[in-house]
Amino acid sequence: MTFLNGIAASNGIAIAKAYLLVEPDLSFDKKTIEDTSAEVERYQQAIEKAKSELEAIRDRAKVDLGPDKAAIFDAHLLVLSDPELNNPIEDKIKTENVNAESALKETADMFVTMFEQMDNEYMKERAADIRDVTKRVLSHLLNVQLPNPSMIAEEVIIVAEDLTPSDTAQLNRKFVKGFTTNIGGRTSHSAIMARSLEIPAVVGTKTAVEEINNGDLVIVDGLKGEVHINPTPELVEQYRKIHQDYENQKAEWAKLVNEATVSKDGHHVELAANIGTPNDLNGVKANGGEGVGLYRTEFLYMGREQLPTEDEQFDAYKAVLEGMDGKSVVVRTLDIGGDKELPYLDLPKEMNPFLGFRAIRLCLEQQDIFRTQLRALLRASTFGNLKIMFPMIATLDEFRSAKAILEEEKQKLLSEGQKVADKIELGIMVEIPSTAVLADQFAKEVDFFSIGTNDLIQYTMAADRMNQRVSYLYQPYSPSILRLVKMVIDAAHAEGKWAGMCGEMAGDETAVPVLLGLGLDEFSMSATSILKARSLIKNLNKSDMENLAAEVINMQTTSQVVDAVNKAIQ
Amino acid sequence: MAEKQFTVIADTGIHARPATLLVQTASKFDAEINLEYKGKKVNLKSIMGVMSLGIGKGADFKISAEGSDAESALNSLEETIRKEGLAE
Repeated sequence: MTFLNGIAASNGIAIAKAYLLVEPDLSFDKKTIEDTSAEVERYQQAIEKAKSELEAIRDRAKVDLGPDKAAIFDAHLLVLSDPELNNPIEDKIKTENVNAESALKETADMFVTMFEQMDNEYMKERAADIRDVTKRVLSHLLNVQLPNPSMIAEEVIIVAEDLTPSDTAQLNRKFVKGFTTNIGGRTSHSAIMARSLEIPAVVGTKTAVEEINNGDLVIVDGLKGEVHINPTPELVEQYRKIHQDYENQKAEWAKLVNEATVSKDGHHVELAANIGTPNDLNGVKANGGEGVGLYRTEFLYMGREQLPTEDEQFDAYKAVLEGMDGKSVVVRTLDIGGDKELPYLDLPKEMNPFLGFRAIRLCLEQQDIFRTQLRALLRASTFGNLKIMFPMIATLDEFRSAKAILEEEKQKLLSEGQKVADKIELGIMVEIPSTAVLADQFAKEVDFFSIGTNDLIQYTMAADRMNQRVSYLYQPYSPSILRLVKMVIDAAHAEGKWAGMCGEMAGDETAVPVLLGLGLDEFSMSATSILKARSLIKNLNKSDMENLAAEVINMQTTSQVVDAVNKAIQ
Repeated sequence: MAEKQFTVIADTGIHARPATLLVQTASKFDAEINLEYKGKKVNLKSIMGVMSLGIGKGADFKISAEGSDAESALNSLEETIRKEGLAE
């Protein structure tokens, strides 16, 4: 029995067999072949096997994921039958006396290069299709099993180096009970995904892939951030009990769904949810969200071949505003760039993408994209309580420019006879230290602040949050971060404005007491964290937390802060 | 030999799904079927050939078929193209 430590990325306990989602070794040697017709036949057999495998995957995907997601496998099947691929490969085997593996690889590489050199992002992505198909045929030539996550038909725990969005799209929620990955942190894609699927996950274990074998019994403890491999029956029993207790605890929290979030001494705060698509509203309601504190609109732009039209955006914004039924909805305008790429915008690669041309910087430069989004938002504004927030604001000039563009589009719409809400609150995301430091000046012009802690921490600490080796610097409870947060909240209140927070920190058990004490008005988090946070706040006195906050911002280290909080909330 | 001229009307051009449908349809016939665009001629039974052309909205292209079932192949392709609103 082995035990791994990682980062608790998504709450809960999962116990199931391991399923390794790892690239197998597909290396081979180039060989000279005597009997070329037998070799051609071996190639054709591999193609036939790959075809029936892909057909089975496609049929399963149609049922589990819908025809849209299954369509990609139809395209892959056609590549397998493509005469322009197969004929040259068979010719190569016959005329050059080479083995099928190298004939396939060399021919496919030629096509991959051809597609990659095309002046069109869509075509470049086709190169990935060819690589995918080649891998599948190679696996049959080499008699190696490729992982086929869409074919999983029993309860499993996915073990991977990391999980990409396309990996997760292929997973069947019914059978995937938990995740564990080698890399990543609380804010990496796989962690966010696990929370939105409400699947327990432990990320950043460093060695899960190496230590765990297919079929091993694994316990993923998403509460403590531990992974147990082939545990003893006693430990399994113990964990079944922890799992049950956690489920009971959740049932207890569920009773708070319709309650307001009020501290013991009667102070009300708003607990809102972070969402990515209108579909997420079900989770917001089920978890008693009092609003949407962050609607990440970039999902409208991702996973497609061109920009979404004004009408497409309008429909999505309207759906969210109507769905929230008059409750506050803070929409963040396009935050693309950094780790979030849009292939069809064809932006040049940057040395420091997190410090580069992204979010509002891109929107102020490529105004056609920005104006389309603002028009869609303004048109949707009459369907609910819309608040607009600009991301990555570093200077007051940027905010003023963005506001002026919004005003221009509003006047245009009005002169076209369209309806726009009279009052739309306009705020900024505070995630750059320069803005936090100058918050008193910003507060005179904005209607609200929302503190984006994931980026604020990485910019303040100068530590890339994707870089495992500096992840120890991701310190939300550092007195330096807490002081910045305090500056922002105090600046807002001095001008009669409100301050919210929409990073991971807003739902964090250790941070919430301090944030309550600092006077934060709105806490926006993953929907699944809301009830737990509500239960926590209902048991705290705001006046006690004010004393705690005053104490911790004058401390020297993160660990002192954590100790003080633990003592105060016991 | 049978042939027919088309102009793309679909916003997405002959990409992904449309290309898949055309190749699937063409592959049902014995005839040799080619698609010609901007002087380049590709085998319409080859998905990579068709995608490599990157045919966008407004482009003119020609489909030609030769063989015993050339006529019905061309009719069937035309039907697919119209039904999907790809070209006219």
